[in-house]
Amino acid sequence: MVDVLEHPAAYDLPEHGHEEHHGPTGILKWLTTTDHKVIGLSYTVTAVVMLVIGGAFAEIIRAQLASPNGTLVSLAQYNELFTMHGSVMIYLFAGPFAFGALANIMVPIQIGAPDMAYPRLNALSYWLYLMGSITMLSGFFTAGGAANFGWVAYAPLSNSLNTPGAGADLWIGGLLLTGFSAIFTGVNLVATIFYLRAPGMTMFRMPIFTWNMLVTAILILLAFPVLTAGLIMLYADRHFGTHIFSVAGGGVPVLWQHIFWFWGHPEVYILALPFFGMVTEILAVFSRKPVFGYKGMVFATLSIAALSLGVWAHHMFTTGVVLLPFFSIMSLLIAVPTGIKIFNWIGTMWRGEIWFSTAMLMAIGFVVTFLIGGLTGIYLASPPLDFFTHDTYFVVAHFHSVVMALVLAGMAGLYYWGPKFTGYLLDERIGKIQFWFLFIGTQVFTLPLYLVGLRGMPRRMAIYPHDPQWQFLNDLSTAGAVLIGVSTILFVVNVVVSWKKHPAGDNPWDGQTLEWFTTSPPPHHNFYRLPIIRSERPTWDYNHPEHRSIAHAPAHPSTEDAR
Amino acid sequence: MKVEAKILLGLGVFFGVMCAVYWNWSLENAGGVMMFAGMLLGFLPGGYYYWWSRRMAPRAEDDPNATQAQGAGVVGAFPGTSIWPFTLGMGSFFTVLALVFGIWLLVPGLALIVWALFGGVAESRRGGKV
Ligand code: HEM
Ligand SMILES: [Cu+2]
Repeated sequence: MVDVLEHPAAYDLPEHGHEEHHGPTGILKWLTTTDHKVIGLSYTVTAVVMLVIGGAFAEIIRAQLASPNGTLVSLAQYNELFTMHGSVMIYLFAGPFAFGALANIMVPIQIGAPDMAYPRLNALSYWLYLMGSITMLSGFFTAGGAANFGWVAYAPLSNSLNTPGAGADLWIGGLLLTGFSAIFTGVNLVATIFYLRAPGMTMFRMPIFTWNMLVTAILILLAFPVLTAGLIMLYADRHFGTHIFSVAGGGVPVLWQHIFWFWGHPEVYILALPFFGMVTEILAVFSRKPVFGYKGMVFATLSIAALSLGVWAHHMFTTGVVLLPFFSIMSLLIAVPTGIKIFNWIGTMWRGEIWFSTAMLMAIGFVVTFLIGGLTGIYLASPPLDFFTHDTYFVVAHFHSVVMALVLAGMAGLYYWGPKFTGYLLDERIGKIQFWFLFIGTQVFTLPLYLVGLRGMPRRMAIYPHDPQWQFLNDLSTAGAVLIGVSTILFVVNVVVSWKKHPAGDNPWDGQTLEWFTTSPPPHHNFYRLPIIRSERPTWDYNHPEHRSIAHAPAHPSTEDAR
Repeated sequence: MKVEAKILLGLGVFFGVMCAVYWNWSLENAGGVMMFAGMLLGFLPGGYYYWWSRRMAPRAEDDPNATQAQGAGVVGAFPGTSIWPFTLGMGSFFTVLALVFGIWLLVPGLALIVWALFGGVAESRRGGKV
């Protein structure tokens, strides 16, 4: 049925009795739903499954590398493993988790909207993502094995001579599907944020998370079509006899790298900005303060996004055919807005009444880990240093500091918002144990890799010469990976143990933004009533009229039920 | 609507400047073309929004002093449940598999896609489930 919804925002008046919402149940409900919360939950579960799969590949990789001449997997299998580890983590976990999972659930609620602007398109995004994931992973079940050209599929390694076989084509096909899924989600987010805000929710009152999702969505729209076009060219080269990326036919292999990284670097921020947003909100809520420097935060996000579109070739310094000074300067410039963010995060916590919940610990863990990853990135932005470290474990360490920071932030998001969309709290004790495993594990896993990289160990090799300079560091890193594995298991245990145990109530953390105004889980169209919106913290203003001045709201009554 | 328009226009300006600097300095075409296209992605929708923002009455969501009552009226039509996204997704799945396992998979793929497109459009027209 189509619901024609009217303001005032009592979208889901209980007395209207919406029988049609009791429609299909069970599997049919899952197949036919267009409710952003159900779709977002499907995204969340699927993405966490992908994290576990990609994590399992990582554990095998680290087990293989625990000794110099590891025999756990063959050389060919190792190529498949690191390729699929990187691919699953980036394409199937981090991206969809960032813009499909929590964002899908929270953005409409944070701006007081009844759903996403295009609910059926939203459902299509999910199905494309799920089927794309299955397509890519099914490479393992083909005779030639899964794709094995690295997650970046550089030409000429990815042509039909060097990597024939169905696995590579399934990789391309899976990426086409998930790429379209991302584009549709981007369209949906922009339209939702531009057109479905509640009265009074001006752009500069949107929660930072929503802001970051808007910018992420615009980045998606700029970057993903380029990747999709590149993949079609790659497929044509492999099967239709074109020579776009092959020297033999007059093509240019480096063109693939330009196309890939024109998508690939913004993708880093497509992954990161949503988590930045989550952490910003969590730090504010658990410090019981407004976000420090709200507008600065928004402009930092905008400038990070803009700059990120002009730095792609810092991944290509060693090709010798890119404009080094341009890309180096642009890359270094990103450190400025990123520094503003770190500064504002600290400012938000400064003199706050800090509540060290699991979500808060994870968020602080994110800031620390991301700082390590960000600072080492500054080194890599300098071509002379990059020539020295390119394709060594230093680079692997750098981006794992970043992506593990995102995992920490994602966990923070799940502990923070999970109670809102499931209605139940996760166990805080297990959560804190999980945090320490994850945080310490991350450092023990990444920090030795920086050193081993500086000592010259190249990435993407299954066996390495016995060298005491490398050996201990590799063992340490493997130990860290085990700790991370334990933390993931603890998370699953926590979900099972706390299943429907501790009801959350509407506002367990004394939250500030609109999602904490409605029930947990929210009703079908999200709100029975809305508060009047006078600042970027409408729920806080409602619950704490005495603090109104802090939230720089005008003095007249700050609350008014919609009904 | 003004802020929305300005974000996109700002993106267009940024890309325009970057494109000019980069293309003239590096003489490398791939990046130049992609940045030029990025500029258009800023200017086209941004220009459209800007054009509209000058013509339409201010919306309640842009009014800092809006009350909830000000938003009264139709928000939009939201579909309840629909099988067509799933059908379309499966059609796309088979179509992509045709790239790998053979052209015959286009038959179920395209059939599902066409079916879903008709079904989805009919559903919207009738304002309910088909
Ligand atoms: C349990 C945590 C993780 C461990 C132990 C781990 C381990 C590793 C190792 C050892 C490599 C290098 C393989 C080689 O070069 O031979 C690698 C590569 C990679 N990892 Fe991870 N990783 C973890 C989590 C992640 C996450 C969360 C992401 C992204 C969201 C990620 C993305 C990548 C990518 C893109 C590559 C490059 C693959 C390639 O060279 O083509 N990893 N990982
Ligand atoms: Cu980059």
